[in-house]
Amino acid sequence: MTTIADPKAPRPPRARPSRLTTRGNTELYGWVFMRASGVLLLVLIFGHLFVNLVTGEGVKEIDFAFVAGKWSSPFWQVWDLLMLWLAMIHGTNGVRTIVNDYAERDGVRLVLKGLLYLAFVITVVLGTLVIFTFDPCPTDSPANLLPAFCTAS
Amino acid sequence: MPAAPSAPPRKAPVGTLYRGREGMWSWVAHRVTGVAIFFFLLVHVLDTSLVRLSPQDYNDVIGTYKNPIMGLGEAGLVAAIVFHAFNGIRIILVDFWAKGPKYQRVMLWIVLGLFVVTMAGFLPRHLMHVFGGE
Repeated sequence: MTTIADPKAPRPPRARPSRLTTRGNTELYGWVFMRASGVLLLVLIFGHLFVNLVTGEGVKEIDFAFVAGKWSSPFWQVWDLLMLWLAMIHGTNGVRTIVNDYAERDGVRLVLKGLLYLAFVITVVLGTLVIFTFDPCPTDSPANLLPAFCTAS
Repeated sequence: MPAAPSAPPRKAPVGTLYRGREGMWSWVAHRVTGVAIFFFLLVHVLDTSLVRLSPQDYNDVIGTYKNPIMGLGEAGLVAAIVFHAFNGIRIILVDFWAKGPKYQRVMLWIVLGLFVVTMAGFLPRHLMHVFGGE
């Protein structure tokens, strides 16, 4: 009598369901995030568009002094920082979904998502640094380009 | 969503909730506007970052946003954002409101109505800024 080394019924070979399963609940959290951030972004971006494009002279009044005037206030710093982070995560996750849908070859999908995440990191880091290290009154610049409060006293 | 595994392939897909109808086209428009907004966002963070270089550099580049062709581009961008925003709310209602799926088509027409109203408020003012004199 011999012992059976591997007492399992032989199974027909099947395709590995690697794309049918996700680990953990990451995709669920992503789905929830898209909806929660979407509502916040509606408020943040509509406010941004109203102040920058509708009030005053609209796009014609945007210049260094205009931006400096806004970012001298913590209110707009926080507003723009939130907008930057939420929009970048929301947008990157959206494009990630689209890449997953249409880029069927593994190599193409990997490269596209690599570029996407690179663009995400560069944009978020750059934008965050700019908001926090911004100087509204750079010393060696002509005064007529600066906001009025730079020369006020 | 489990699809019938052994259903014979149909020639014309009929009887689906979305395909080829308002639900599908709003989904397509949501993707197209989303991608367009995303790429503008990348450019917009870069151009805004020029404030860190010097006031002159920022003013030179932002000046290009004020010419008429870019002005029309901004109108298109705002249109994309407004549609994406309102249709996004519709998607949330379809997902979370018990009667959302039933009214998804009606809600698309409400989205388009709100879109027209919002753009009617925005466009004249923006175009006056872009094309109007000083």
